[in-house]
Amino acid sequence: MSKFRKGGKKGMPAISTASLPDIVFMLLFFFMVTTVMRETTLFVDVLTPKATEIKKMEKKSLVSYIYIGSPVKRMQASYGSAARIQLNDAFAEVSEIQEFIATEREARDEKEIPYMTTSIKADETVRMGIITDVKQELRKANALKINYSTRKGDY
Amino acid sequence: MASSRRGLPEINAGSMADIAFLLLIFFLVTTTMDVDTGIARKLPPMPEEELQDEDPQIHAKNIYVVLINTNNQLLVEGELMDISQLRDGAKEFIDNNGRDANSSENPEKAIISLQNDRGTEYMTYIRVQNELAAAYNELRNKAALNKFGERYANLNKTQKKEIRKMYPQKISEAEPKNIGGDS
Repeated sequence: MSKFRKGGKKGMPAISTASLPDIVFMLLFFFMVTTVMRETTLFVDVLTPKATEIKKMEKKSLVSYIYIGSPVKRMQASYGSAARIQLNDAFAEVSEIQEFIATEREARDEKEIPYMTTSIKADETVRMGIITDVKQELRKANALKINYSTRKGDY
Repeated sequence: MASSRRGLPEINAGSMADIAFLLLIFFLVTTTMDVDTGIARKLPPMPEEELQDEDPQIHAKNIYVVLINTNNQLLVEGELMDISQLRDGAKEFIDNNGRDANSSENPEKAIISLQNDRGTEYMTYIRVQNELAAAYNELRNKAALNKFGERYANLNKTQKKEIRKMYPQKISEAEPKNIGGDS
């Protein structure tokens, strides 16, 4: 019993913080590995619709994104609020999609071209007219693998 | 002389944690973790002009016509239908196997034809796509459970192929029309 009393008299020893950097570095590496850098600044508001029968997209390096939605608030003064298409970092017209697909293909290896997917990230309030136009252009460009980007959720 | 005997003073590593935290916060802010999910579809290739009149003959009863109008209303096989009933309706149609003379002969021949208006809301369109995909997935799951005693997602490649052959997902989208006007 005397052993315990002796320890109590000395008071609490300071907790060593020497391993704190290691812990934080571990967290850092975890985030570096699991996340991706934000590539584009969105000029359009996109809230994708909900769906239940969804699949995870694989091979992100082979995916090209087409954003469709109405311009964000600060851009509405110059671009209006009608739904627009965004490719990379700029607004685009429907006619520019074929060119966009061509440049995306050039950036990839020839072997990977058949596995390339185009992800349509459209706002849920967008009308189908613009999406149909985009789909027609993709058909013309022979980029037939598409993915309607959706959130997970039930109605 | 006195200092050399003592050896080099230890470098203070107390701020190491701060540096690491700084880096960590930088990465937290600049990166995104969202996994991209979505409904995968394959577009039909552009029709080649020479092949236009070689349309394969499909019996009208093997086609399940789904129309969506500008007001996001559904017309299924000529009748107004609520989206919540679409899944069951599609399942019944696909898995008819000739029971009803006016419905599909078998799942392999069943085709779902989807047509939307330019004014249809994207949300409704995705919901319809989702319901149709769900109908197929449920049928595939049922067949997989019957045949292999496992859900479709847990089957191996050849088993999946077999089930896919039983229930091929045939969703055809007609060329767009502009009936109800844009916007």
